[in-house]
Amino acid sequence: MSQEDILAGLAAIVNEVAGIPAENVQMDKSFVDDLDVDSLSMVEVVMACEDKFGVTIPDTEVKNLNTVADAVNFIAANK
Amino acid sequence: MINLKTTAPVAGARITGLGAYRPARIVTNDELAPRIESSDEWIQERTGIIERRFAGPDETCASMGAAAGSAALADAGIAATDIDVVIVATFTHRHATPSAAAEIAAAVGAINASAFDISAACAGFCYGVGLADSLIRSGSAKHVLLIGTEKISDVTNFDDRGTAFIFADGAGAVVISGSDTPGIAPTIWGADGSSMDAIIMQPDTFTAAREGVPSVLTMEGQRVFRWAVGSMGEVCERALDAAGITANDLSAFVPHQANLRITNAIVKKLDLPESVIVATDIQHTGNTSAASIPLAMAALRDQGQLKSGEPILMVGFGAGLAFAGQVALAP
Repeated sequence: MSQEDILAGLAAIVNEVAGIPAENVQMDKSFVDDLDVDSLSMVEVVMACEDKFGVTIPDTEVKNLNTVADAVNFIAANK
Repeated sequence: MINLKTTAPVAGARITGLGAYRPARIVTNDELAPRIESSDEWIQERTGIIERRFAGPDETCASMGAAAGSAALADAGIAATDIDVVIVATFTHRHATPSAAAEIAAAVGAINASAFDISAACAGFCYGVGLADSLIRSGSAKHVLLIGTEKISDVTNFDDRGTAFIFADGAGAVVISGSDTPGIAPTIWGADGSSMDAIIMQPDTFTAAREGVPSVLTMEGQRVFRWAVGSMGEVCERALDAAGITANDLSAFVPHQANLRITNAIVKKLDLPESVIVATDIQHTGNTSAASIPLAMAALRDQGQLKSGEPILMVGFGAGLAFAGQVALAP
């Protein structure tokens, strides 16, 4: 799965969970500061990513996922 | 060989009375927000809570529990002296011993009852329903008074941005009595003490007393949210299976009122039909731990939305990480 595919999948999840337009979910965006994804929505995004991409994202890792790129790179590296 | 006698089992148990006690003082988000540099909007977005109630200085977990218990007895139409067992679910009773149940039994006049507390935090009420059902069906008790009561404002850190606005005070109670047909389905329950640090009183009571600091409730919100949303859907499905019904048969879903976001996420996972009423008492009551399910049930009844004799699904989950869920017929 390419980085573009992961980004598209993640964007769809962020849209589903937090109602943010998928096109706004870009690599340099911060979940909290730019996309207004709060801490509980972030947990829902992480859980949906686990289901969709077949990765395990431990609680301890969630706080390191500040930007969309952080999440895409983590998923790509741990798939 | 001596053959000991045992009690004769009975066919079923059911909830026959319901009572609630809500303390008078309404606490708005605006009252709590300044200390945590927050706002009404921020709190509502994250929890669904609009307001909650705090007990007065002279009210205790036991006094509120007694008020709810007396109301449940009146609702069931039975005398306090007919109660065989008083079970109290709480984590905010002032004494590690004796129990809140003993204090409440005396207060309501349940002088013929055994009395004990259970420590299962926010799962406590559903643990109690399972226990009461077992006691009754085994023939060990005819009438059980089960109370969830909490004064969490006594153990809240109002400077903690993770918990200050979530928890609240109140009490709810049910009378559970024997019946010719089952009114409480099997309880699906468990606990995972390896995650006991996710919601815990810190420092522990003895250290707090020695060092002269308050012991307060602490919670890792994201971790608990993930566990609840990730696991409670399956617990609910297992409870429905154990009852031999489907979500389409339910009249109401009354989960522990932990956070409206958790309730909504579980409802989505369960894919509940729109015909099922979902309890959202947290909006005006906050999270009252062991008291939240009977309080939410009472709120539904006050709104004319609790259909007597129809199946409702209850699920409690919280510190320990303890959980319990079951289907029961509404009182």
